[in-house]
Amino acid sequence: MSLPFLLEIGTEEIPDWMIPNALENLRLLFEKLEIPHEWVTLDATPRRLVLRADGLPERQADKEERVMGPARSAPPQAVAGFARKQGLKPEDLSIAATPKGEYYSFLKRIEGRRTVDILAEALPSLILEIYFPKTMYWTAKGGPRFIRPIRWIVALLGEAIVPFEIAGVRAGALSSGHRRLGAREIAVTTADYERRLRDHYVILSAEERRHKIRQEMAGIRVKADPALLETLVYITEYPTAITGSFDAQFLELPQEVLITVMRHHQKYFSVEDAQGGLAAQFVAVMNIPEDPDGFVRRGNERVLRARFNDARFFWETDQKKKLADRKQDLAHVTFQAKLGSYLDKAERMAALARELGGDEHAVRAAGLAKCDLTTELVKEFTELQGVVGGLYARAQGEPEPVWQAIYDHYRPESMEDAIPRNRTAQTVALADKIDTLRGCFRVGLVPTGSRDPFPLRRAAQGVVKILVEARMELPLVDFLEKNRELIDFFAERVKFYFKDHRGFKYDEVHAAMAAGWSNLVDLEARLERIQNLRPTPDFEPLAASFKRIRNILDQAKFTGEGAPLDERLLEPGPEQELYQEYQRIAGQPIENVISRLRPRVDRFFDKVLVNAPDARVRQNRLTLLHTLLAEFSTMADFSEIVTNS
Amino acid sequence: MQSFQEIIFKLKQYWAQRGCIVQEPYDVEVGAGTMVAETFLRVLGAKPYRVAYVQPSRRPADGRYGDNPNRLYKHSQLQVILKPSPADAIEQYLGSLEAIGIDLRRHDIKFEEDNWEAPTLGAWGIGWQVMLDGLEITQFTYFQQCGGIDLDVVPAELTYGLERLAAFLQGKDSVYDIEWTEGFSYGDVRYLDELQYSVYNFEMADIATLWKLFELHEGEAARLLQAYDPKAPDKRRFPLLPAYDQVLKCSNLFNTLDSRGAISVTERVGVIQRVRKLAVGVAQAWVDQQQEPAGEVAQ
Repeated sequence: MSLPFLLEIGTEEIPDWMIPNALENLRLLFEKLEIPHEWVTLDATPRRLVLRADGLPERQADKEERVMGPARSAPPQAVAGFARKQGLKPEDLSIAATPKGEYYSFLKRIEGRRTVDILAEALPSLILEIYFPKTMYWTAKGGPRFIRPIRWIVALLGEAIVPFEIAGVRAGALSSGHRRLGAREIAVTTADYERRLRDHYVILSAEERRHKIRQEMAGIRVKADPALLETLVYITEYPTAITGSFDAQFLELPQEVLITVMRHHQKYFSVEDAQGGLAAQFVAVMNIPEDPDGFVRRGNERVLRARFNDARFFWETDQKKKLADRKQDLAHVTFQAKLGSYLDKAERMAALARELGGDEHAVRAAGLAKCDLTTELVKEFTELQGVVGGLYARAQGEPEPVWQAIYDHYRPESMEDAIPRNRTAQTVALADKIDTLRGCFRVGLVPTGSRDPFPLRRAAQGVVKILVEARMELPLVDFLEKNRELIDFFAERVKFYFKDHRGFKYDEVHAAMAAGWSNLVDLEARLERIQNLRPTPDFEPLAASFKRIRNILDQAKFTGEGAPLDERLLEPGPEQELYQEYQRIAGQPIENVISRLRPRVDRFFDKVLVNAPDARVRQNRLTLLHTLLAEFSTMADFSEIVTNS
Repeated sequence: MQSFQEIIFKLKQYWAQRGCIVQEPYDVEVGAGTMVAETFLRVLGAKPYRVAYVQPSRRPADGRYGDNPNRLYKHSQLQVILKPSPADAIEQYLGSLEAIGIDLRRHDIKFEEDNWEAPTLGAWGIGWQVMLDGLEITQFTYFQQCGGIDLDVVPAELTYGLERLAAFLQGKDSVYDIEWTEGFSYGDVRYLDELQYSVYNFEMADIATLWKLFELHEGEAARLLQAYDPKAPDKRRFPLLPAYDQVLKCSNLFNTLDSRGAISVTERVGVIQRVRKLAVGVAQAWVDQQQEPAGEVAQ
């Protein structure tokens, strides 16, 4: 018989952004139990993680196992004793022939365990193993840890409850509805579970909640915001979109400020007017089906009005003191105890911007970029740092490249974020990030594991992204103060960028970086060449030969120093031919010569013994191989390429 | 319309009916209800405790001379501690909102992740900010650590922002328009506090004097902590509660100095560390003091 399975872990409100990963993790943990099933689906609301599956067997298949007894030659008492121990009569035993001789034995039937027992045993630890970035205990010290307290558990296999307990909560058949619109306890079965939840104002499927919100916003020009939509989907059990409005006079404030208040502080969608500007409207998503009295709409409007009033107050107050006049105030804002104030940082940034080839605008912007940290608006809306400085700079008549550079200098904030918009802004962003990295590494603030309080990984990633995507041919390593740790750290970020973000294969990245990576634009070009070359028929065999050369040189501890190549020592035939080919093709791109080079190399290895008895000949051959390798390793170290051959 | 004070009465009544001791505000100035010994020290150890109190909370830097409709130097928190936290802590909390007339089937309530942390107290917890129609009205926290000590049992802490809640219930855009009781607005009662403390904190507080006071209180707390002897047979007499008052004084002086712009950010971290050290010292001594003397533990 095959059975449906339902597991609902009922909790207090789980942070929305953790839910999708937790579900995926729950699926993997379930699959690891290796209980056969036809399908498995996962669902969640903020208050429940749900796994449903069907087609589970009632019990595992029975197994047979041969139990060996005494040898055929054993005395009858021993045979009877063995049979008795197994609950059998001696005549039930059979004789098994083995290479060691003949033995009494019998086939023991092992009954398959009941699935319900397997689940009851496995589920408590399985549930507590679900990975969350931060967990808590809620009973007492040493008690179970989970993302939020577990308050109920539904665990049904067919009609039977899977009996287990976590933190005093017994698994059962009682779920729970919407906090205020549903019943606290709802009896469910595997068949009616989803419908029963719906009756109690819980829409189980995230897709359905997402669809409901989308549909309700269909007639409104909402600024698309998929991340906000996901947040709202996982912060509600019964979402409903409502529209509110605000006084149009607030539209005088910069859009960036208005949108931040709506988006980050209130989780509202902003709305566009027909011309693509901001409309004096917003869409909020509530966790109830309707707002017949307008309580929710009016409440949200009032909150937004207060927030906008604050923002306007800050915006006006801040304007009383120009950005440039705030620079000295930065002396009182610590960047990092050992690295001084933001004034120190601003001065370092300005100097670095110049070293990076920045013009006067870049130097000025670098000096002013951090001044907005002293404004009320940034103290209130820290996520607008940089943007606010840029807006003030514009309002105060700074030249366009200057205010734009201030505005953009925190970019890119993620791998998906755009890089700063022009060269001036790119230079200032680089100066900021490289200064932070140099300083932190100098005083030992190096990221370890998940600890990275100054987001140094993100900063380095941003540097890499800007240099490559803005095509800035700067020698990055020259700006890293010969700090080995920092150089290695950057090498990791460069690898990550090209491998994980750009999709190059790891061996290609290793090969290309082994030939140098300080100029990232050049590195990218070489990577693209390798990528193009890779599918050609001669590439992998040649890469394999290069690896062989590298091994030979390594084994001989050959460094390339010593006597130059002596042509007279070259043996006629494959060795001389290889050398002549080398002379013809040296200096040309490998793409043009690979098809000529490869057969020569192959023949050389076929016919010539590198390890010649004559030491001078041997040395000369190593020199030949070394010369060849060096010639083609300026693009990449091909011996790093993983080949099948 | 319910007045400000009626809302407070009802909430106190509600929690009294659920087994809470109702305390009056603590009489030393604090930045938050959490800092009062009724929370800070009582959450330590395994003894159950339930308490509710309104605590005027002073944040010198938040003063706005009474000009800003939403921001106050001194606001009122209703602080509730349920130790251990009951399984229906959130249900009980939602019940309290209904007790003051909020029909939660017609309002939007959401629990948004917000893990609370107080570095000067070595305290943190896991929880939410509770949003009512888009307005943050309560911080709900399951304490995990206090005074740098992992808690034996986990209390639930509810901190209601009473002015916000009252403005919401009365439909007021400015806290100063809240009706405190018939015939008296919040502004009638509190405006001068806001104005005069803003003048003092931002303009007139004498920095040298405040530093001197800070050092005196710090010295007194440190002296007491040094004198605490865990092996003393009569250690229960030892004045840890007064020592903690000295810590609270330090904390408030620090906040005042900060709002006066007298603490450079470099000094800031150091001063926070000094206060934290004292707070952690009191917490550790308190845990020790609460334990039965070793000789009396039955084997």
